[in-house]
Amino acid sequence: MMADVGAAAAPVGGSEYVIDERISDEIVLDVADISLSFGGVKAIQGVSFNIRKGEVRAIIGPNGAGKTSMLNVINGFYHPQLGTITYKGQRRTAMRPYIAASQGIARTFQNVALFRGMSTLDNIMSGRTLKMKSGLLWQAINWGPARNEEVAHRKKVEEIIDFLEIQQIRKTPVGRLPYGLQKRVELGRALAMEPELLLLDEPMAGMNLEEKEDMSRFIIDVNEQMGTTIALIEHDMGVVMDLSDRVLVLDHGEMIADGTPDEVQGNQNVIDAYLGVSHAE
Amino acid sequence: MTETTLSEKTLSRPLDAEADTVPKLLLRNASIFGNRPAYREKHLGIWQSWTWSETLDEVQAFAIGLHLLGLKRGQAIAIIGDNRPGLYWAFTAAQSLGCIPVPVYQDSVAEETAYVVAHSEASMAIVENQEQVDKILSISEEVPTIEHVVYEDPRGLKKYDHSRLHSIEDVQVLGREEIKKNPDIVKWWLNEIATTKGSDDCVMLYTSGTTGRPKGVILSSDNLILTAHNANAFDGLNETDEIIAYLPMAWVGDHIFSYAQAYCAGFCVACPESPATSALDQREIGPTFFFAPPRRFEAQLTDITVRMEDASKLKKWLFNYFLGVAKRCGVDILEGKPVGIVDRALYWLGDKIIYAPLRNQLGYTRLRVGYTAGEAIGPEMFSFYRSLGINLKQLMGQTEGSVYVTMQPDGEIYADTVGRPAPDVEVKISDDGEILYRGPGVFVRYHKNEKATEETKTPDGWVHSGDAGFFDHREHLVIIDRAKDVGKLTDGSLFAPKYLENKVKFFPEIREVVALGAGRDFASMIINIDLDSVGNWAERNNVIYASYQELAGHPDVYKMIEARIDELNKGLSQDAQMAGVQIKRFGVLHKELDADDGELTRTLKVRRSFVAERYKTLIDAIYSGAHDCHISTEVTFEDGRKGSIEGHVKIVDMKVYPAAEAPVREAAE
Repeated sequence: MMADVGAAAAPVGGSEYVIDERISDEIVLDVADISLSFGGVKAIQGVSFNIRKGEVRAIIGPNGAGKTSMLNVINGFYHPQLGTITYKGQRRTAMRPYIAASQGIARTFQNVALFRGMSTLDNIMSGRTLKMKSGLLWQAINWGPARNEEVAHRKKVEEIIDFLEIQQIRKTPVGRLPYGLQKRVELGRALAMEPELLLLDEPMAGMNLEEKEDMSRFIIDVNEQMGTTIALIEHDMGVVMDLSDRVLVLDHGEMIADGTPDEVQGNQNVIDAYLGVSHAE
Repeated sequence: MTETTLSEKTLSRPLDAEADTVPKLLLRNASIFGNRPAYREKHLGIWQSWTWSETLDEVQAFAIGLHLLGLKRGQAIAIIGDNRPGLYWAFTAAQSLGCIPVPVYQDSVAEETAYVVAHSEASMAIVENQEQVDKILSISEEVPTIEHVVYEDPRGLKKYDHSRLHSIEDVQVLGREEIKKNPDIVKWWLNEIATTKGSDDCVMLYTSGTTGRPKGVILSSDNLILTAHNANAFDGLNETDEIIAYLPMAWVGDHIFSYAQAYCAGFCVACPESPATSALDQREIGPTFFFAPPRRFEAQLTDITVRMEDASKLKKWLFNYFLGVAKRCGVDILEGKPVGIVDRALYWLGDKIIYAPLRNQLGYTRLRVGYTAGEAIGPEMFSFYRSLGINLKQLMGQTEGSVYVTMQPDGEIYADTVGRPAPDVEVKISDDGEILYRGPGVFVRYHKNEKATEETKTPDGWVHSGDAGFFDHREHLVIIDRAKDVGKLTDGSLFAPKYLENKVKFFPEIREVVALGAGRDFASMIINIDLDSVGNWAERNNVIYASYQELAGHPDVYKMIEARIDELNKGLSQDAQMAGVQIKRFGVLHKELDADDGELTRTLKVRRSFVAERYKTLIDAIYSGAHDCHISTEVTFEDGRKGSIEGHVKIVDMKVYPAAEAPVREAAE
């Protein structure tokens, strides 16, 4: 069923050509030998992988495999006890999420985390906060450089609204929106940061087929048109296999496979641990 | 009706004889209204405008670019998309080269699009976005005549093979560069415009196909421009007016209101940001001239009613009180009739606190004249809008007549008529009750369908409308139903299904309804609930439901509908002629009637025979006396895949009232 989305987005020239052009060899993020534990619970144990510039990288695994923990490690929310993270060539020590954010890592959450009483526009605008240079005082009087800056940011936000086709809910408080649209607004807020690396935590959880198709389409467009590198956690295997270039599989905090969707699909460890499909056929 | 030929007639308003085609009107407008706005489009949240001179510049570059791509005189081009200035320019650009634009409904599925594009033998397609490009590419084998595809919005198309695919901007750049290199090409272009005559074919509009395959109606420039001039004169529209273009471009209405009339009068056409924002955009633009099918007015009224349910007590009271005042005297005040001083004062107050804000909310603040047509409008709803000071009128329109057949003149507005014949149009009723008309807007022919042309248009220019009607004592035309739909019950009672359907459709809980009874023993109905209205009721009454199907079958919903049908029967029993067709049984359908499943046309009219065939099991159950019916129907999803919906439909028996004494009827009826 997801083939429709893939087919619609695939150019006439064939998909292989695109992958070559879209993904470069440059490693954006390199994660080496990461271990993370909370007290006695080992959430991640010795996981190593990398993300290349321009690719869609999926992280999959059964519940409790450590996927969200991994994203939290990448954007600096958790600090691993062991291992190193190299982002854009710089080895990173313990850091706070806002530093990760200012370095170009944006994310969405498994549960929608928007400002429910604020409009779509304001929510997405809040994603621009880190880009705003003018001081609080200037902003408060809304005049001079602060005003010009606001206009420039608003333009960017409007481009995102146009991109995500949510013009009709521009001024609607997000609390009143259906879930699928809230997810879209959340993606919009992450895009407002103009991230280099976008972390999506189950962007399609709880969506119906049509909403999933729309969201898949937006993810492909973000990747292809904005050139954003994407790391994605998702449970819908159809989505994962269609969207991603490489898939990392975690189980009980350990890496059990890493490769292209085809390789991972055929991997016996994965089938046993996660997909749970009999290999006899 | 007096029999006169067209050549003997004089036009109601002097025409600019020089400007007998749309491209010539563009040249005229650019010279006399050069700095006035011609088009607006909301882009990135901000309204962008083009003046008439800028429009000329855009169209010229576009036309010359299309010429360089190989577009030749006489060829057809398909235009597919939502209302965008770029697509309106495509019409004029094509017409300036002597080509015939063929707009296609933008939400047609690939198969329907393929039929129209192939039938019109279009050599190019000018489309809005990737969705439409994909559609054209997916049918490229069925439409081999398409040589180039031109799109407006480049989003998602960057990596497509661009050997035969171009953006409008690229085509315009091509044209502009050629103008720079070879300024004589502009002279050539102006000469091409001068070569085209008013009597030449100018546009091909496919009918929505209530019955069978859509037919390509060819209209000439004379058809469009004479009709548009007359309509503008009728309502006094000029270059200061403004319209919001949100109706499908493939529909004749949009082509007349937002294209021909706009060019003739020189008024501005505003394109909404997206179909979903058109109501908000309408509020911002505040059009002075507006058309909407009754469905839209119904939806607005339902929305107001639903939102008032949630308002505070004081607001509710104010709303209801002042609506009462408006109901009492609003229409009279609008029509300039004498009204007592107290009512006048109350209305003035109501206008300040209720009507004006409401008009603003609905986007009618600047409205001078609004029209509705296509379906009958409920008398209550019609006077609701008029009592708020909105000059809403009715007309009878047909693609074959360039819309205007009859119109309601100011001061002669009745909910149950469609007005008097439009300027220069003659209307007569045939012996079997069918409405016939002829006038300057009468179409040239159906494309590649001589048989249908002969059946519809007599040699002396009269068109069979297919509608049954009569002139009432005010010499206003009343439409009863489609001529072929009017039937009889076995006991001889006159059965006009649309008449019955319209009576129930005005209840907010009911979205769509199909009345059955022709050739049967009694009348019955299949009903579609209105999910917005019933869903809101369910929410407020703690009725839990998971799907449309579940809500439609809910016992309380049935009770609600039963009460409405009972109301209808009581009403019908008051009228001796109609007492025989009181509804004896009804069922609430488990799914919404949908254009994608072929149950409605693209203009959302019920395809009666199709529905009768598809729900045969249900209809048989109704007439066999069963109280429950299991049906399974195939549905088509928006992307063309198919699935099925199954469900039980309960059938309810209704009480029938004895016929009242026949009241004194108006002589004309």
